[in-house]
Parts: sequence; structure tokens; C-alpha cells
Amino acid sequence: MSSLLLDSAALQRTFARMAHEIAEANPDVGSLVLVGIQRGGVPVARRLAFELGQVFGRPVPCGTLDVTFYRDDLNQRTAPTVNPTEIPGDIQGKTVVLVDDVFFTGRTIRAAMDALHEFGRPSRVQLAVVIDRGHRQLPIRPDVVGKEVATLLSQSVQVRCSQGGVDDGVFLRDTATLSSAPSVS
Amino acid sequence: MIWNRKHLLDLQSLSAEEIIHVLDTAREFKAVGERSIKKVPALRGKTVINLFVEPSTRTRISFELAALRLSADVINFSAEASSLKKGETLKDTARNLEALNADIIILRHGASGAPHFLARFLGAHVLNAGDGAHEHPTQGLLDVFTIREKKGRVDGLNVTILGDILYSRVARSNIWALTKLGAKVTLCGPPTLVPKSFESFAPNVRVTWNIDEALRDADVINLLRIQHERQKASMFPSTGEYAALFGLNTARMTKVKSDALIMHPGPINRGVEIASSIADGPQSVILEQVTNGLAVRMAALYLVNGGASLQVAG
Repeated sequence: MSSLLLDSAALQRTFARMAHEIAEANPDVGSLVLVGIQRGGVPVARRLAFELGQVFGRPVPCGTLDVTFYRDDLNQRTAPTVNPTEIPGDIQGKTVVLVDDVFFTGRTIRAAMDALHEFGRPSRVQLAVVIDRGHRQLPIRPDVVGKEVATLLSQSVQVRCSQGGVDDGVFLRDTATLSSAPSVS
Repeated sequence: MIWNRKHLLDLQSLSAEEIIHVLDTAREFKAVGERSIKKVPALRGKTVINLFVEPSTRTRISFELAALRLSADVINFSAEASSLKKGETLKDTARNLEALNADIIILRHGASGAPHFLARFLGAHVLNAGDGAHEHPTQGLLDVFTIREKKGRVDGLNVTILGDILYSRVARSNIWALTKLGAKVTLCGPPTLVPKSFESFAPNVRVTWNIDEALRDADVINLLRIQHERQKASMFPSTGEYAALFGLNTARMTKVKSDALIMHPGPINRGVEIASSIADGPQSVILEQVTNGLAVRMAALYLVNGGASLQVAG
């Protein structure tokens, strides 16, 4: 079973609104850096950076962050595949907006904050997510949310925004095994 | 999951896919080494023991630094100052180390198969850091990592390994990794050190005792040191004669492809297997191999550490 939460057009409007909210909260574009969390957050961050570039009339730096080494469950699983981390320039004193596709337990964001601080001390860190699906396990909340969705633990949420094409959208799926523990994504 | 091995004992038993997964993981660890904070908490709270029964400096330091950069605690154990001198067996030594709750044991040993022996009865992860003339898997991995990084591929390249093949675990690990990834391997050196039988090792391996032929089409030339310490008999008349017949000197270098990589696992003997000007020249990647070795060993430690949990969960 799969149901459509946002179609391509609705997702595009969501990105545009999220970009405006980020711009409103951060009028100083010179100190703004977007960082997408590997892997789902990376294409979202690129889209938001593009939208913000339109709003400000100048490009907004956009990087990637892999949080694998900072996860709290490394001892409970096979070694996860590591993806590239590319932080654009010095983040010291900047406002870093962490970007992810789906906000779930909060554990990925905790790991991301640890990982990010190895690169410097930003003056502020904010969080932008496309979907907040609830089930938080840590006291973390997002600053900018595309859409809040009530979900079951047995369901999964997929944000597809590869090339900004017609296949884009947000989907809610019932996963096969109800008993499986929620993955941190 | 591409990697679920508990140990890294040799490259002969790895698939091409597993080798590539190690190389891809190592690429991200290399990026970690280029940051101002070069350390990640991936092995926080783990105990790594460098069990070096055969002496080594560069491999031990590389493994030690790799473990430290993963936030593990590291103990170095060398044979010269140890209970092995007092007659303790390798098995008992390893069991004692495991009784200290060691998570990963890195073994360098003069006997081929020693890491496989430990792996049969230890609960800890075992990494082979060189066993006799058998294999030196992390050296083979760092060599193919360097080739892949510099050339963009391994598949289809002509790789010449020149020197003491017979006694070289580096040569054997290289042969496995290179042929699995699609390279063509040429082995060259004095007939006493390069037996024809190596051609039956793997497909795409050829043996030649003609150095000009070995160098002509090579995209990569990997030079091996003469391992006097392993040779039971005199395998060639003199070092001077070896240098004259098989050393990579400036005259031979003029016939080598201008974009061929010059590699050497170290320690180099200047003026014997390689001329000084070539070791320090623009085609040499010898020091980059050292840098890459650190990244590859971080990847190996990271991956085998994850290899156990599958059995626990399974």
C-alpha cells in the first residue's frame, strides 16, 4: 500500500514556502549556509538552495554532511555505507541550516549536530525538514517544516525530488514487517 | 549489505564488489584525514591491539594512527619485549589479549596463515597485517586505491610488479586485488625470484624475465624490495648486479610511458630497485601510498567492526 501525500506541484510549492521561511528568519544572506544530511537531505538542500538563490538574487552555499560515524547505533548493525561530506567554506560564526527529508526519531539530527561541530562553531544551527512524521525519541524540534504527517511506526515516508521532474512527490507506505524497529532516517 | 565479514584475512577470498566497497569507504576516510579535526567517533570505546610478532614500523604506525583516528584505544604488542620470548604460544598470547576484552587484533606474523589460525578460535575481529610470504591485504588495498584514484580505474590497466615476487606477500595481495578488478598483471625479476608458476595464480597474470618487455606497456610499475630477511639462500649474485639488471634507473625510465605511476610499498633501497631521482620524481606516488594506507586501514577497521553484529542479530 502506498499513498500520495504531496504531488510534484504541491512539493514544489512546499519548497518555495520553506525557502521563504528560511529567508525571513535569516535576512543576512552572507552568513547563511545550507547543509543537506546524507542521503535524503542532500537533494532537498539543493532544491532549497536554488529557491533561496531566487529569493535573494545571489547563490546560497550548499553542502553535504554524512553522520554515519556519529550514530548511536553503530554497534547494533553492520557498518553503514559512508557518503561524502562537503562543507562549503568555514562555518565559524555562520548560520547553518541542516536539511533533511523526513524528521522522525531525532537521532539523525543529534548525530548531525555532533558531526557539524567538528567543522567549526556556527553562531546558530537551524533545522529544515520536508516531512515531520512524529515519533520523536529526543528533545529536538525543527524550525521549518514542509508538512506534518501523522504516521504509524510500521509505515515509511519517502520524499522523491531527484531532478525536480514529474516523478517528484511524497509517499506514505506500509512496510512489510510490522515488528521491525524503526530505521533512523 | 555489501560487507558482513568479521575478519580481514586475505584478498584472495574477497569479491570485486567487496574490494570496491572498501575502496569507496576509504575515500571518505581520506577526506576525514584532510579536515582540521581528523578524528571520528566510529570505534569509540573499542580496544584495538597491534600484535606484531614480526617487526614492523610503518605498518604498525599506520594501523595505530588509523585506530586512534577512529577513537579506539590502542595497545602495541611487539615480540621482542613480550611473553612470546619466554616461550608462550601465539594461541595463548592471543587468548590473553582477548581476556583483556580486546575487540580487534591486528596480527603481523612470519608464518603464513597465522591470522587465519587466530580467527578460528578468537571472538575478536582479526586483521592480517602481513603473514609470511602469504598476504598483506591492506597493502594490496592501498595500492589499488592509489591506482584507482590516480588513473580513475583499475580495469584494463597494465600493471607490472617488479622485483622479489617469490617472497613477497605484497605481490600476492596485489595480484589478487588487481586481477579481480580487471587489471592485467606482469611479474618481472630474476628467474630465481619470479617462478613461471605464478601464471597459474589467476587469469591475466604473465611472467617475464625481460625487463624491457615488462616496462614497455606498463600503466603502473610497482617496485618491490629484495627481502633479504626471508631468503633462505642467495637468490642472485649481488645487489649491484640486481640493480644493473632489474633496477629502475634513469635509462630505463626513458622507455616507460610518460604517465605511468611509479609505486613502492617501502622501505625503498635507493640505488638498488629504484634510482633516487625516480623515487623523488613526478611519476612517483610512493608517499601518497603512505597517506592512502592510513585511509584504507581506517576503512578496514570500520568495516570489520560492523561485521560481527550481523552474527549477533542473525
